[in-house]
Amino acid sequence: MPPGATTLDKGARPHCAMRATMFEGISALDLARAQFAFTISFHFIFPAFSIGLASFLAVLEGLWLWTGRDVYLNLFKYWLKIFAIAFAMGVVSGIVMSYQFGTNWSVFSDKAGPVIGPLMAYEVLTAFFLEAGFLGVMLFGMQRVGKKLHFAATCAVAVGTAISAFWIIVVNSWMHTPQGHAFNEVGQFVPLDWWTIIFNPSMPYRLVHTVLGAYLTTALVVGGVAAWHLLKGRRDPEHNTEGARVMFSMAMWMAALVAPLQIVAGHAQGENTLAYQPAKIAAMEGNYKSYPDGAPLTLFGIPDSEAGVVRHAVEIPKLGSWVLKGDMDAPLEGLDAFPRTEWPPVEIVFWTFRVMVGIGVLMLGLGAWSLLARLRGKLFDWPWLHRAALAMGPSGFVAVLCGWVTTEVGRQPYTVYGLMRTADSVSPVGAPAVAASLTAFVLVYFVVFGVGTWFIVKLMGHAPHPGETGVPQGGPTRTAGITPAPGQNPDAVAHPAE
Amino acid sequence: MGLGFDFDLTVIWAGILAFAVFAYVVMDGFDLGIGILFPLLDPGQQRDATMNSVAPVWDGNETWLILGGGGLMAAFPLAYAIILPAVYVPLIAMLLGLVFRGVAFEFRWRTTRQPIWDFAFFAGSVVAAFTQGVVLGAVLQGISVEGRSYSGLWWEWLSPFSLLCGASVVIGYGLLGACWLIYRTENELQDRAYRLAWLFGIGTSVAVVAVSLATPFLEAEYYKRWFSAPGIYVLSPIPLLAGAAALGFFRALSKRAELAPFLLALALFLLSFIGLGVSMFPYLVPGEITIWQAAAPAKSQMFMLVGTAVMVPVIIAYSAYAYWVFRGKVGHEGYH
Repeated sequence: MPPGATTLDKGARPHCAMRATMFEGISALDLARAQFAFTISFHFIFPAFSIGLASFLAVLEGLWLWTGRDVYLNLFKYWLKIFAIAFAMGVVSGIVMSYQFGTNWSVFSDKAGPVIGPLMAYEVLTAFFLEAGFLGVMLFGMQRVGKKLHFAATCAVAVGTAISAFWIIVVNSWMHTPQGHAFNEVGQFVPLDWWTIIFNPSMPYRLVHTVLGAYLTTALVVGGVAAWHLLKGRRDPEHNTEGARVMFSMAMWMAALVAPLQIVAGHAQGENTLAYQPAKIAAMEGNYKSYPDGAPLTLFGIPDSEAGVVRHAVEIPKLGSWVLKGDMDAPLEGLDAFPRTEWPPVEIVFWTFRVMVGIGVLMLGLGAWSLLARLRGKLFDWPWLHRAALAMGPSGFVAVLCGWVTTEVGRQPYTVYGLMRTADSVSPVGAPAVAASLTAFVLVYFVVFGVGTWFIVKLMGHAPHPGETGVPQGGPTRTAGITPAPGQNPDAVAHPAE
Repeated sequence: MGLGFDFDLTVIWAGILAFAVFAYVVMDGFDLGIGILFPLLDPGQQRDATMNSVAPVWDGNETWLILGGGGLMAAFPLAYAIILPAVYVPLIAMLLGLVFRGVAFEFRWRTTRQPIWDFAFFAGSVVAAFTQGVVLGAVLQGISVEGRSYSGLWWEWLSPFSLLCGASVVIGYGLLGACWLIYRTENELQDRAYRLAWLFGIGTSVAVVAVSLATPFLEAEYYKRWFSAPGIYVLSPIPLLAGAAALGFFRALSKRAELAPFLLALALFLLSFIGLGVSMFPYLVPGEITIWQAAAPAKSQMFMLVGTAVMVPVIIAYSAYAYWVFRGKVGHEGYH
């Protein structure tokens, strides 16, 4: 389940009385926020990757069926193994999210449940079951169902990931730009018109920006892996680069085409945010004060919320108003237009926004560079292009996480923007319990997902090669049909990662 | 609330949720059960075949758990908001258990330290099953409520009864796992599964009796319902049928039937589940919150009902297809 919902920072002060705590200075609220931030961030890494990867797999299998070229089948099986691991980690970290609304944000669940609950139920009904139902066939069923049905299963999984993204972004967007509801006598959000709720004003922007981000993330990972093997192939002529060439070309097409689109989409979302959450924009831009006749664009600086200034700012006069409003002299509200209790934590939002934009610009540059290389017929020959692609391999994850931190921290101090405060959303669970669960999540996630990531990186270290095998299932990795000799410990045979 | 239309819709939703929870117990029960039995199987071939018998379907099985949680939030947000904080500790432990066992499906084939992930699979399954039982016990025994919130402390769930329920679910899921293995395997592994089914069958029978005897004494309302005049006659078929199912189960085992033990074990689960429903209804939080009090507005329930009515049959159809694709005895061939 992709990006959920609440709270990431520690900025807003709880103004409801929290339980006394043995953890001096840290309230149950802060712990719950830290836990949500941690678990959602970890979780989101996997869908950000698997949304794009599922589509990539469908394209690879489709190309294989269409052209009959084995290289596509080998690439399909190569990435299928990686997908299997990433997807499993996404599933198990996602189940955590679906229960955490209740365990840690029970007041929010009670009040907003009538609106967001059905939307999430639709996600389960139309997406999760579809993905899970066909995943088994996709991973293990190639020999059993035939090529075409198998391709259909792969497409079902890919479509499932996209539908899942749609619903969870509907939920998230409604929390940012709530509409189509009323309140009942106990203070619950009551749905009035589902169409209005689903197509809330920020949903289309957020959906496009997020899904493009997921595609870019995957493209850069694929490109990075391809670049690694192309570079290796330069040193070692034995190293198989046939698959690497195909995937490098595909990945760089994606980067070249999607990166500029993504910048347009991000800009559009920025304008939408200005309309509905101007305080967030002010924090992102570092505008503590309002500019009645044209705001500058702050490239860098160190925001200081105590003093209400950005220190050592590097600014371009009037550019901020031009970017956001298309008019150099348009007035732009700063944080001084809002009471301090309505401010998001400026320092966090200011920086994560800049990191995201910076990476976006680098992606654009990589895409353009690859186009130039392609034009010159040197796509597989420029080592510095490959080094850059390798270095950019994981950058998509950083960008999407920074993007989510920007938008989620930027909507503080609210869970449902303007209507329900984060501090009023939290469960009545004591700080010791939340501290214990947070510690457990941190330990388990780092160990388990660290190991999983290591397995993925190890798989990536092998070049895709002819006769690539699929997802291992014990038997077949031993010689087919031959059982281990008596007395031989099959565990010792292990399962070399191809 | 309280209008005729709401009334029907809310009852329908209680039924749908009960269905989702039971579907989860049926599907993930044997799936977790296999993890519970893992140390009792030989490393290597036996464990590989066992793992392969559920690898293509475990993810779909677990999705019913998300539907159960998500559906509770959507249809009965107040119950979701009260119960989940009350069972905070066991629920978090369950989620972590599911993390370990879920990734083990992939990790154990990738590692040179397979015993570690086999243990993670086992321990994660046991913890998940145990905590599900604890949550059930904690809800049955009652939850402190004040206004619209849970008002107890974070260990209120802990009691001999909830621990008994936890142990019972571990044993019960182990039984389902053994029956699944009987159905899906052959030769030595199947022999092993038969022996385990005897063992866990006896254990489950004891556990069902223990929980059934303890439950009526938790709340006066339960007692009255089961043992006072009309109730005892109307409801007596439930324990009688459960007894019959148990006897049939052991008979099927001694005749070395392959599918019947699994179905009869499920029948025993279904009857226990109906028994729970009889005790609880119409409360979601015993003595405190009824389904009508917890119900989401009709507009929420109606919107979801449309999707559920359309999607659940479709889901069942393609889930059945996925099971059908991987039918037959596992181990004859890999899934390649």
